[in-house]
Amino acid sequence: MNLHEYQGKEILNSFGVEIQRGIVATTPKEAVEAAKKLTEQTGTGWHVIKAQVHAGGRGKGGGVKLAKNLQEVEDIAGKIIGMDLVTPQTSAEGKRVHQVLVAEDVYYPGDNEPEEYYMSVLLNRSTGRNMIMYSTEGGMDIETVAEETPHLIFTEEIDPAVGLLGFQARRVAFNLGLSGKAFKEMTKFVTALYKAYNESDSSLFEINPVLKTSDDRIIAVDAKVSIDDNALFRHKDYEEMRDKREENPVEVEAKEKGLNYVDLDGNVGCMVNGAGLAMATMDLIKQAGGEPANFLDVGGTADAERVEAAFKLILKDPSVKAILINIFGGIVRCDRVAQGVIDAYKNMGTIHVPIIVRLQGTNADIAKKLIDDSGLDVQSAIEFQEAADKVKEVLS
Amino acid sequence: MSVLVNKNSKIIVQGFTGSEGTFHAEQMIEYGTNVVGGVTPGKGGQKHLDKPVFNTVSEAVEKTDADTSIIFVPPAFAADAIMEAADAGIKVIITITEGIPVKDMITASNYIKDRDCRLIGPNCPGVITPGEAKVGIMPGFVFKKGTVGIVSKSGTLTYEAADQVVKQGLGITTAIGIGGDPIIGTTTKEALEMLINDSESEAVVMIGEIGGQLEIDAANWYKNSGIKKPVIGFIAGETAPAGRTMGHAGAIVGGSDDTAQAKKKVMRKCGIHVVDSPAEIGKKVKEVLG
Repeated sequence: MNLHEYQGKEILNSFGVEIQRGIVATTPKEAVEAAKKLTEQTGTGWHVIKAQVHAGGRGKGGGVKLAKNLQEVEDIAGKIIGMDLVTPQTSAEGKRVHQVLVAEDVYYPGDNEPEEYYMSVLLNRSTGRNMIMYSTEGGMDIETVAEETPHLIFTEEIDPAVGLLGFQARRVAFNLGLSGKAFKEMTKFVTALYKAYNESDSSLFEINPVLKTSDDRIIAVDAKVSIDDNALFRHKDYEEMRDKREENPVEVEAKEKGLNYVDLDGNVGCMVNGAGLAMATMDLIKQAGGEPANFLDVGGTADAERVEAAFKLILKDPSVKAILINIFGGIVRCDRVAQGVIDAYKNMGTIHVPIIVRLQGTNADIAKKLIDDSGLDVQSAIEFQEAADKVKEVLS
Repeated sequence: MSVLVNKNSKIIVQGFTGSEGTFHAEQMIEYGTNVVGGVTPGKGGQKHLDKPVFNTVSEAVEKTDADTSIIFVPPAFAADAIMEAADAGIKVIITITEGIPVKDMITASNYIKDRDCRLIGPNCPGVITPGEAKVGIMPGFVFKKGTVGIVSKSGTLTYEAADQVVKQGLGITTAIGIGGDPIIGTTTKEALEMLINDSESEAVVMIGEIGGQLEIDAANWYKNSGIKKPVIGFIAGETAPAGRTMGHAGAIVGGSDDTAQAKKKVMRKCGIHVVDSPAEIGKKVKEVLG
């Protein structure tokens, strides 16, 4: 589950991580109030207005702007709230901004030049351990850093038996070239950051940039936080942070019905049992000359109710020109699935796109006969290739 | 020969009396698998499906000599069940449970790493040695005995591959579902190595998907081993968009090197017979074996 910057920062701060402070606003007026309050609390003169959407690269799309007075706060908030923010990580239509974070200015002048670093915490899949990845090149796209200057990226892997050790936190601070107060602040920052990651059951922290201020404080200026969905049962308070407006409405609906659905741009819908077979079916659609309109795993029980729910989801997409149902019946018997398809079809009246059903496994023959004898406009297949050929036929 | 499980395996079911455990234990017994009992804390002393129920895995091992366990325990308690099995001396721990928190799996995999056991899964369909033992949730009838080993991250795609192999007049030695989670006990490379070293397996089908480096590690190992036993490969998810999780928690394209295209390219370079169409796995096996 992805969180907004302000939510991620809230979690970070609750574990003692120093953050750039801010207040969320949903209207320009609220933004002005937030700015006034923030000045009282932090003494900040200027304010940064930051669009709160689940996408990186917000600055590039005009979603992060500096306001030097309250009038500018109001004007900028007015422009950003309600805009469709396009960033390198969104679609061409962009993402609607519903709220902004009014944040303190942390790039104030002082004894030293402010410096930016990059830091993330994530799972190293090849070792099965968490690691802290960090770089002196903050504020940049880390993929670019990895490509152009890989020697400037460091990692620190965490032994789960003992957690992050003192020398590791010090090594991070040394590698970032810090000394004196900033060094101490950085070791504290890293230690608190890892604690926050571990205890919040997160699957990704990306803090870009981590800032050394002109007076040598170390703070998180941005926060990208993802929580492990499988661990949400332990964190009811985080679960409430889910912002469904940021998610695809069809996918939200699918989730509520217990279906695993990912919306795609193609013209052939598919309904499959099992994630691997679902991906393979998408690939097959492409090889047959179509483009998959979705990923959909109906899971182990493909009864009439679920099939009907799946049909309805797929048919919401007007670009769908055909639907391929691919079920490998193991424990689930194919004849049951076939009956489910027939019942769902009848319940829905007429479906205006051709349907190809491929049922393989337990009772596949009986299932094919059921479909063929149903009188419905549904084509049946048993072999995987046969199904692909039928898709090709329908599309041409 | 076969790998991991055979007719001599003594199997216990953790989460035995729950609905999943009951259903699949019944199917396993019906298949002829040597299920010697099960574990459900608090229900020790009872009989379930005519088999003894124990409170702890160590008690089950002591009374039944069990060496293999299959876990159907709910996600919140599954990592604990894995560690309990390892502690009790179970040699092969097959975890079917889907949805275990990553943090729990980091702890569990660290706990078992120096113990004499092998974890398969989690989030996997299990392991089957046709005609001998089905320790999983796969439909047994699809898997006919033969000379082709299968290693796969996916459930239904494994059944699909086995079905295609069988329809070519061939059969399966052992099929290993390693699971689709980001942290799994047995990697593609380890499963491939077991099947390559199995004298009965004349070829191995290796099925992977987007995300992670497991297939690439396996391919590189295969190339460097210099072994000539043929491997037939398929990677699902060529059409999956980057950054989206496709059903399996681990199936997510993170960069340019864990796409289906990138993996297939490396596999081909390493001498693996890669098919682009999932409908051609069986045909390719037949062609390679001649």
